[in-house]
Amino acid sequence: MFGLVGAPQLAFCWINDLRRFVLIALPYFWLLALFLVPFVIVFKIALSDAALAIPPYMPTMKDGLSAMFLQLDFENFVFLTEDDLYWKAYLSSLRVAFISTVLTLLFGYPIAYAMARAPHEWRATLMMLIILPFWTSFLIRVYAWIGILSTEGLLNRFLFWIGAISEPLTILNTSTAVYIGIVYTYIPFMILPIYAALERLDASLIEAAEDLGCSRMKAFWLITIPLSKGGIVAGCFLVFIPALGEFVIPSLLGGSGTLMIGKVLFEEFFSNRDWPVASAVAVILLLILIVPIILFQRNEQRQQDAEG
Amino acid sequence: MNRLSPFNVVSLTFGFAFLYLPMLILVIYSFNKSKLVTVWAGFSTKWYGELLSNEAFLDAAWVTLKVAVISSSIATVLGTMAAYTLVRGGRFFGRTLFSGMIYAPLVMPEVITGLSLLLLFIGVGMDRGVMTIVLAHTTFSMCFVSVVVSSRLATFDRALEEAALDLGASPFEAFRLITLPIIAPAVVSGWLLAFTLSLDDLVIASFATGPSATTLPMKIWSSVRLGVSPEINALSSILIGLVASGVIIASLVSKRHSVRVQQEERAAERFEND
Amino acid sequence: MVDTVFAPWDDPNVAPLISFKNVTKRFGDFVAIDDLTLDIFEREFFALLGPSGCGKTTMMRLLAGFENPTSGSMLLSGHDIAGIPPNKRAVNMMFQSYALFPHLSVWENIAFGLRRDGVVKDVLNARVEEMLKLTRLEKFGRRKPHQISGGQRQRVALARSLAKAPKLLLLDEPLGALDKKLRQDTQFELMDIQEQTGTTFVIVTHDQEEAMTVASRVAVMDEGRIIQVATPEKIYEAPNSVYVADFIGDVNILTGPVKAAGVDTYSLDFGGTEPVTANSDRAFAEGETVHLAIRPEKIGIHAERPDGPNTVQGKVLDIAYLGNLSTYHVQLPNGQIIKAQTTNTRRISRRAFTWEDLVWISWSATAGVLLDQ
Repeated sequence: MFGLVGAPQLAFCWINDLRRFVLIALPYFWLLALFLVPFVIVFKIALSDAALAIPPYMPTMKDGLSAMFLQLDFENFVFLTEDDLYWKAYLSSLRVAFISTVLTLLFGYPIAYAMARAPHEWRATLMMLIILPFWTSFLIRVYAWIGILSTEGLLNRFLFWIGAISEPLTILNTSTAVYIGIVYTYIPFMILPIYAALERLDASLIEAAEDLGCSRMKAFWLITIPLSKGGIVAGCFLVFIPALGEFVIPSLLGGSGTLMIGKVLFEEFFSNRDWPVASAVAVILLLILIVPIILFQRNEQRQQDAEG
Repeated sequence: MNRLSPFNVVSLTFGFAFLYLPMLILVIYSFNKSKLVTVWAGFSTKWYGELLSNEAFLDAAWVTLKVAVISSSIATVLGTMAAYTLVRGGRFFGRTLFSGMIYAPLVMPEVITGLSLLLLFIGVGMDRGVMTIVLAHTTFSMCFVSVVVSSRLATFDRALEEAALDLGASPFEAFRLITLPIIAPAVVSGWLLAFTLSLDDLVIASFATGPSATTLPMKIWSSVRLGVSPEINALSSILIGLVASGVIIASLVSKRHSVRVQQEERAAERFEND
Repeated sequence: MVDTVFAPWDDPNVAPLISFKNVTKRFGDFVAIDDLTLDIFEREFFALLGPSGCGKTTMMRLLAGFENPTSGSMLLSGHDIAGIPPNKRAVNMMFQSYALFPHLSVWENIAFGLRRDGVVKDVLNARVEEMLKLTRLEKFGRRKPHQISGGQRQRVALARSLAKAPKLLLLDEPLGALDKKLRQDTQFELMDIQEQTGTTFVIVTHDQEEAMTVASRVAVMDEGRIIQVATPEKIYEAPNSVYVADFIGDVNILTGPVKAAGVDTYSLDFGGTEPVTANSDRAFAEGETVHLAIRPEKIGIHAERPDGPNTVQGKVLDIAYLGNLSTYHVQLPNGQIIKAQTTNTRRISRRAFTWEDLVWISWSATAGVLLDQ
């Protein structure tokens, strides 16, 4: 077996194996150390007592790993269920995320549809125009709305000027402003998958439906909508999932009037310095998110299977 | 197909107006003379001048740029490695966990990622500052890079690598001479994505940093909480302008390139019987 | 076409370039190559022919080093090559997709393999130019792969894989991407280049005409096994099984029990009005069920009953006019359909037979082959 070629052969394999090991291990351990381990810590702290120290929780790692994991209690979770602030925040986050997803779909679909119907040579440009805002600062895009929506803002001035209102509307610091902010920042995520689905749609299918006696409207309901369902579902998840944990938009546009869990977590952590409760809030947010994430994954998988 | 119905024209017009008007207004009002952002009082560039003499903003911009360049570069290397492992690595122990860790940060709320990293940094007693922001940004942006690169690798004809091996290249040479140049555009856009994500990030940086380092988004955040200011408008306009021109140039270049390739391919077919 | 002197496979003193010894390759439960033993000789143009999934591509990948055999050994010039990575083998491959490096020019594509070997500049330049000349691509050296036509890409792929002067060149469906006309021209080009360079070629193809045209020997494969290895003439005229007879060209099969009817002659009762007789070198037992394979062009078609041993009456069911040839589908009284082919030597001659005509078909005792499987 190990003739003339045996020895260099083995060395070659050994170097290759080492390369392969480094290739896999480097990103792997990076993510283990900076993604998975921190999560374990969050779970751990969610199950420990608040303490007036730095770090403000007990027991810490200095007490030894075994102590950290043995002295667990569910006090923080009990606390979350007792204080209705948290309940309300979770429910309100779900409601805001759901309503904004529906609104984004209602506004996004016609745009995606029109893009898919546009002449071929426009489409690349239209696509770029949809993606371009995504590259610009999220914070700035949300900030831009403050000047528009405030009581003395441009929208009120405009409506007053055309005579539609006599009293300025209060939009900023309400849920409406949060909906506008979410629709505005996340609409590209809705448009792109729907556009991708509609662009693939064979125009002759619509013609065939009309040829078989469908009206325009009916063909749209019976052919276009079902065939773009994959894109619709993907778009909805892509808006719903980040909207649920959103922090910047409710903080800037929602004021104190809007309760959202991302904001509660941030405040619990930085203002109240109650780390165990903040961690417990994070754990529950994660648990709520797992369902839509798994549904989203399954939808993507099904799309891929259908194509392959 | 060729002519848009009035309904389609209306939805496109309103859609793009909705997307671009707020930014346009922001840019216009950054040239407003008045301190009151909503009242037009004539053209002026004084806010740009004030911005450029504001040390705090300049410091924050410098920190942000440093973090973005370092973190996106590390993230590109790690993300490309991860993509290669996922697409080409075959089976190895913990592959499912690995791909889970690549995809999870994409859908993870920033508050959770930020919180968990902060707890880690405190847990191991790390001084928080530029270094920890770089670590945090690298971690989540490498996942984005890996997604971009692996979608390119998935459509990459594996026979090209095999051909290189067949012609005597070592696996590493095959990667360096064949695979890398061909996936380079995806690697570059991965880097750009990581770079903008890092420039843009407020939440994770707020958690990961300490008193020693403040990034531009954090600086913007603290002044925005106090209300609209013309200085922030000026800063926003600069950022929007930079990004817009970068993206437009990039897309023009890539479009010119693909048009040329198409023309050449068509020309080549005419040589068929040459 | 084939040099009658060139037949190293018949000479026991010639050592094979490649030999497979009981090679088996499994992918999980799937057996791609099943206990295969085969010798390929230097300067051969060897074709692996078979339907998709028969294991021909796996054999090629084993030779190139992209796969390793599960068991058995593979020798190249007498050395076991199992486990040697592809980049350390004196074997080159031309890929089905050509796999031209899109970011390198034609010139750089051809030079790629030479550069990996650290060939000095002058030698490298000369070799690349030589290859460009061989494949008539001198004018296209500076172009990128997307700037040349499909036929030219095929030639670049060939030049690239020949540049290192490998002992063995593997060609995976090399002409599959070309249209029919270009494919035929290229077949002869390939043969010329093979002869000029003296390289051993192993070609994988599913196109039987291509295999017959280019190859010195053809191996017909099915389900990981080689059914027959022989020269194209032997494969066509003396197939060893119904599978091979049916895979290569058109064939009529008559099946039934045989009886000895003289020296090397058997009579076969296929269920017609009377048995037919056929010569055979191989012996069959009395009453054994045997298949008689006869090519359509060996069957004559007549209006009157001709003299001779095998004459059967039937009715014309279909006529396929192919220009140079006409194929008649004749239905026998037992329902079986026999294909008979005639050459259309005269232009616009009145067609002798038409649909529903009663005709006689006949063939000689040596026209067909008797096969037991």
